[in-house]
Amino acid sequence: MATGPVKRSFAPWEDPDAKAFIRFDNITKRFGEFTAVDDLSLDIYEREFFALLGPSGCGKTTLLRMLAGFEKPSEGRVFLDGHDITDVPPHRRPVNMMFQSYALFPHMSVEKNIAFGLKQDRMPKGEIADRVAEMLKLVKLEAFARRRPDQLSGGQRQRVALARSLAKRPKVLLLDEPLGALDKKLRGETQFELMDLQMELGLTFVIVTHDQEEAMTVSDRIAVMNEGRLVQVSTPAVIYETPGSRYVAGFIGDVNFLEATVVTAEDDRFELTSDKWATRIVATAGDHRAEPGETAWLSIRPEKMRISLDQPEDTSVNCVPGEVWDVAYLGDISIYHVKLDSGEIVKSSVTNLTRLVERPITWDDRVWLSWPRDAGVVLTR
Amino acid sequence: MNGFSTSRAGRLIVRLLPYAWLLVFFLLPFLIVFKISLSQVTLAIPPYMPTFDLVGGISGLMDSVRQLSFENYAFLFSDRLYVLSYLSSLQIAGISTLLVLMIGYPIAYGMARSPRAWRPTLLMLVILPFWTSFLIRVYAWIGILSREGLLNNFLMSTGIIDAPLTILSTNIAVYIGIVYSYLPFMVLPLYASLERMDESLLEAANDLGCPPPKTFWVITVPLSLPGIVAGCFLVFIPAVGEFVIPDLLGGSQTLMIGRTLWAEFFNNRDWPLSSAVAVILLLILVIPIMIFQNMQQRQQEKNS
Amino acid sequence: MRRGPSWFNIVSLLIGFSFLYLPIVLLVIYSFNAGRNVAVWAGWSTRWYSALLQNQQLLDAAWVTLRVAFISASVATVLGTLAALVLVRQGRFHGRTLFSGMVYAPLVMPEVITGLSLLLLFVAINFDRGFWTVTIAHITFSMCFAAVVVQSRLVTFDRSLEEAAMDLGCPPAKAFFLITLPIIMPAIIAAWMLAFTLSLDDLVIASFTTGPGATTLPMRIYSAVRLGVTPEINAVCTILVGVVAVGVLVASVITKRQEAERQRAERMAAANR
Repeated sequence: MATGPVKRSFAPWEDPDAKAFIRFDNITKRFGEFTAVDDLSLDIYEREFFALLGPSGCGKTTLLRMLAGFEKPSEGRVFLDGHDITDVPPHRRPVNMMFQSYALFPHMSVEKNIAFGLKQDRMPKGEIADRVAEMLKLVKLEAFARRRPDQLSGGQRQRVALARSLAKRPKVLLLDEPLGALDKKLRGETQFELMDLQMELGLTFVIVTHDQEEAMTVSDRIAVMNEGRLVQVSTPAVIYETPGSRYVAGFIGDVNFLEATVVTAEDDRFELTSDKWATRIVATAGDHRAEPGETAWLSIRPEKMRISLDQPEDTSVNCVPGEVWDVAYLGDISIYHVKLDSGEIVKSSVTNLTRLVERPITWDDRVWLSWPRDAGVVLTR
Repeated sequence: MNGFSTSRAGRLIVRLLPYAWLLVFFLLPFLIVFKISLSQVTLAIPPYMPTFDLVGGISGLMDSVRQLSFENYAFLFSDRLYVLSYLSSLQIAGISTLLVLMIGYPIAYGMARSPRAWRPTLLMLVILPFWTSFLIRVYAWIGILSREGLLNNFLMSTGIIDAPLTILSTNIAVYIGIVYSYLPFMVLPLYASLERMDESLLEAANDLGCPPPKTFWVITVPLSLPGIVAGCFLVFIPAVGEFVIPDLLGGSQTLMIGRTLWAEFFNNRDWPLSSAVAVILLLILVIPIMIFQNMQQRQQEKNS
Repeated sequence: MRRGPSWFNIVSLLIGFSFLYLPIVLLVIYSFNAGRNVAVWAGWSTRWYSALLQNQQLLDAAWVTLRVAFISASVATVLGTLAALVLVRQGRFHGRTLFSGMVYAPLVMPEVITGLSLLLLFVAINFDRGFWTVTIAHITFSMCFAAVVVQSRLVTFDRSLEEAAMDLGCPPAKAFFLITLPIIMPAIIAAWMLAFTLSLDDLVIASFTTGPGATTLPMRIYSAVRLGVTPEINAVCTILVGVVAVGVLVASVITKRQEAERQRAERMAAANR
């Protein structure tokens, strides 16, 4: 765990003097009538593992392809390491991409695929051989050097694609849904391998994914995109615990929303009221645009909703009764759908800490849901 | 009869019908051609001897077999006309195939790069001439290429040339005719292999530092190789035996084996010799035809 | 999202298609030429078309050709479909290599060889040459083209459809006629059309295998062409090109409309779900 502390202290985005390694400067990209990327600006720092996250059609892949040079922005400039690369064609850019389809050349062996980029640079033969051997070792495919792509499994192909895009030691590695074709278990393992690799090589990685779990796992920072715009750019923890909007809260992880009216809104104390949840609602975090009398939403993650059969001591604040409507036992956790008296369904998840519980909560149980004041976030959008 | 054996009998009938037809009308005729190529020409009906009949019994049959000879083949190889016809057919077909490839590749490439919505129409436009008569398409060129033809009229009226060019009745006209007639045979397999190609392969090559023109040679061409090979066979093999094009567009000096065979058969009425010509032509083509068949079969197995 | 055609692509398409179509277009235009000299434009006229109607020889040849084409295309489609079924469905059997060889070889076999060999067969078995020998010859080579067309559809046919029919109690032969045949019908029709035009088109094989009273249209055209280009032949050719073009266009419009209808139905089904 030697890398742990290093990772934690890595936060150039908080340093006002840090220089952006990749800079998107007011980028707009239109395809005919359709605007794929809409006046977007973004800084990515050196050695960062950066994720572009969003639903399909949100513009994340277009943004990545503009960095690779396959698309030209309609407006705005792209900078890499201080140089304007907007007009540099893909084959002259010091970035390499790992394609969603892997795009392995079917008529070349694994070796030849990995050597392809090096040959384009006219690297001496001996050095190419050494680098290819090194790459094969890095992705643990030494035994498969002579095979053709169609003689490999999905996971092996993915490794070849990775080795090929890393062989040239690019300044930035772009990954377009790199694990989309793998099954769930292999995905999980590969995510950790990618992280280790990025640390080991000290490269900047930009990954495009629609899988929020994957983005959370691998990246230092996540940019959540929607309809060609950035919705929120921050670390996984901030995005999860302090989402800036209902869109982000809903896109990442599971969440309960309560539509309510703002009673008071001060620096660190928000009070809301609603017919749907029969309790006073108090939260310590939220959007300061909230004004008394206006509508806002309380967002609470299910795991922060405590569920109990016994009535809590203080039921005046952040506490509602209900009936268990559905139970999903997932092994590590259980998820309860609780129906409030108003008819609203609220989700609560509980970690199963012990193997056997004396009296498990089950269907039709009368239960109490409660949450601490710092559990929820008040959102105005 | 239970269902299983009914279906077995059905399968056998399904197989036997086309099999028997092809045996009788495709394979058997070749054997007859081979037998007649060993016979001598006579003034009779049919104009060759010996003819096999069962009237003379076994001994009569043996007599007939004894009369067979390789004389026709010996004659073929001693006469420069035939040897030159074969060589010139191979040369004309070979050069034409290269020309068709060079002209067909940009067309197929353009089709494969065009927007998806256009492609069915473009494909249709390539196939449509294939449906119109071969003879008519060759005939159309006579009107264009002749001394008083449209091309000469056009060139002279624009002042590019002063005297009419002689194109018709030369080998150039034959090349034009073959290229024109066989172009769809080249474009279709090329298009099929180019259209299937994953565009991200080209992007990957660019991304790894390969400039676009080089990408074409390093990625696109090798990946379209099956299409190139199929197209070349589809053009080369029939072009070697082509009759209509050299006969209508070529001159008296245009030697092609299909034409020689036709003349030998219809003008000289030498059936045994034309059979020998056909047998040798088949032997020349048998290797490319076998390769072509093999490819077809492998392609089919790959698809299923 | 993907890159479109470059200028080079567009120019090569334009040149390529002009090369393919210009000769035919010129031929059609000059069939309406009033003058006898085909290379000099002398105003519009349909006189050569009316002259055609007087040409009994040509009309007879056209009638022979149409009958040969119709019969040979129909038989060739049946045999070709059977051959395709054998190639796709029957796996390995004794003589499969020979069989597939005999199906694919005629596709590239020089016509002079096919024609000569069939003629010698008919002579050897003492079969009177004429209408039927031409028809048999046409069946033989066009059934192979028909087989390839049907085969390419059959390989993509989802066999679970047939299995579902059998699972629901339909015997195999009936399942073929009720399920498979209707689904591959467009390919069978295409095969028939191809066989029909191949027969219409053939000069070499018909010349070898024909006999008295069975002169086909291509043979008439060929003997006229040898004497030079005339507007009358241009007119015949224009009619032939027109018939084929209309046929192919109608067929493609019908299939396109069916496809559009199917898609609309699918969309509605999806919307109503």
